[in-house]
Amino acid sequence: MIRTHELTKRFGRVTAVDRVDLDVREGDVYGFLGANGSGKTTTVRMLLGLVLATSGTIEVMGRPMPRSGRSVLPQVGALVEGPAAYPHLSGRANLALLEAAGRGTRRRGRRQRIAETLAQVGLDPDDRRGVRTYSLGMRQRLGLAAALLRRPRLLVLDEPTNGLDPHGIHEVRDLLAELRAGGTTVFLSSHLLAEVEQVCSRVGVLDQGRLVVQDQLDALRGPTGRTVVHTPDTDLARSLLDGRESATSGQRLVVSDPDVPHLVHRLVAGGVRVHEVAPERRTLEQVVLQASAGAGDRHAGAASPPAVESGAS
Amino acid sequence: MIGVEILKLLRRPRTWVAIAMLNALPTLVAILVSVTEVGPAPGTGPPFLSAVLTDATLFPLAALAIVLPLFLPIAVAVVAGEAIAGEAQTGTLRYLLVRPVGRAHLILAKLVTVVVFVLLTVVIVAGVGYVVGQIFLGQGPAPPPAVTSVASSSVSGTALTGAEVAQRTALALGYVTLSMLGVAALALLLSTMTDSAIAAALGAVGFLIASTVLLGLDAAQAWHPWLPTRHWLAFVDLFRDPILWDDVVRGVQLQLGYFVVFALAAWANFATKDITS
Repeated sequence: MIRTHELTKRFGRVTAVDRVDLDVREGDVYGFLGANGSGKTTTVRMLLGLVLATSGTIEVMGRPMPRSGRSVLPQVGALVEGPAAYPHLSGRANLALLEAAGRGTRRRGRRQRIAETLAQVGLDPDDRRGVRTYSLGMRQRLGLAAALLRRPRLLVLDEPTNGLDPHGIHEVRDLLAELRAGGTTVFLSSHLLAEVEQVCSRVGVLDQGRLVVQDQLDALRGPTGRTVVHTPDTDLARSLLDGRESATSGQRLVVSDPDVPHLVHRLVAGGVRVHEVAPERRTLEQVVLQASAGAGDRHAGAASPPAVESGAS
Repeated sequence: MIGVEILKLLRRPRTWVAIAMLNALPTLVAILVSVTEVGPAPGTGPPFLSAVLTDATLFPLAALAIVLPLFLPIAVAVVAGEAIAGEAQTGTLRYLLVRPVGRAHLILAKLVTVVVFVLLTVVIVAGVGYVVGQIFLGQGPAPPPAVTSVASSSVSGTALTGAEVAQRTALALGYVTLSMLGVAALALLLSTMTDSAIAAALGAVGFLIASTVLLGLDAAQAWHPWLPTRHWLAFVDLFRDPILWDDVVRGVQLQLGYFVVFALAAWANFATKDITS
């Protein structure tokens, strides 16, 4: 769906995006992670033909961008760096103007489509007030509506939950799940790990312009080969594990042994009271922090050994 | 796209505020002239103003002559300067371009919209000028345009029929609209170079002020034929008998020249620009 090769953008002497090879497949909800200033937005803008690459190639839906923008972009919905609208017009009037602009617009059913899309994002289609009276959350919803208006095959969303309250964030999450079920590919750029962790199937991490991780979320969060044990009897447990425990904090032990049933048996037989025993998994946060820390070494990232500290049980 | 842009122009309150303000000054002048009956001596003051005391049908032209040197170009510079920079400021530019609207197409639509704005403005100024002239300066109802009797006198002193006045007024409106092409295209060029609509408008106005200053400077004599404001008031020549075409034609050529150069520069700059707004 999106494929870039050695995509690079330099602004003067600053390299904002450095030889990025993105691979987003059809049907993915792709989480594009990175700190502020890591080059996410510049990458998104290049995908959409707003910013021209210094070098490298971009393919969207199998066609080169920005050259094929005319045929590709009508099938793409985008929310780039916050919503934007003409403040003196209502949300509905704004969508009507946007929908009438450019090619491939179908006049037939436009009103209905606009009303439906507004309802879909939780805005009142009959609201006649100017957008200048809208709250941040309402503007964000309007931006989402603009992106969804043409029922796109690919949805590019840059920080879509920005400014939304928890209820709104939940709604956006449901909306994304619905779209995904309907076959829409979503490219979700965000700095919110939790957001990406909850909705995405595939993840790319950008750090200082470089793509340091790109993989299926499940693979990234795969078991580390160690087991986490929660017990009040830490000392007794340690003595039974003869040196295989690698870290202890409070009632939590990390053991270098993936065999959970065996460990449970051994601990219980030795009289240790156990709250919980589970394979250690890395959180996305660990993956990201670690990949970023290892970014100096190009080949670090996902291949390096897991962090010593803790994981969820 | 052109239709969308024109719709945007018409739905903007600012468009109508600008037009209302452009009409305020000629109306004030009409009231003052009618109350005091003191017109400028022939040959001084804005063109046609000395003539309107005796002939109110020329007041639309006096109104245009009043707004042309400063007010109209400022309004044009504001509207054209806003064209791209304003969209960048509100952030809507990126959404237009990913619709997608082609960049050349957008520039073209914006240029056409500015021309529509100028045309709308001069027609309204002339129309309001006519009404105001009839109310404050006219004696009795205006003669219908088809009547062949003597309705007005030309600037040369010979008689013009009502039909001739109407025809020449239409020509003058067209000429004034064309006169604004240069500043419109320049403001649009600047608008593609900055994200500040005000800066683009001020830049274009500054250029016109420079042109006006140089026109008054004998040392810049060699440049005079090329200055954009040089032939602005040449529409007066359309009311001579016979019409004196030389300056009018030169004025149109000059404006088209500026228009083509600036519009192409705007397109060249915008076509490959990184949109980071």
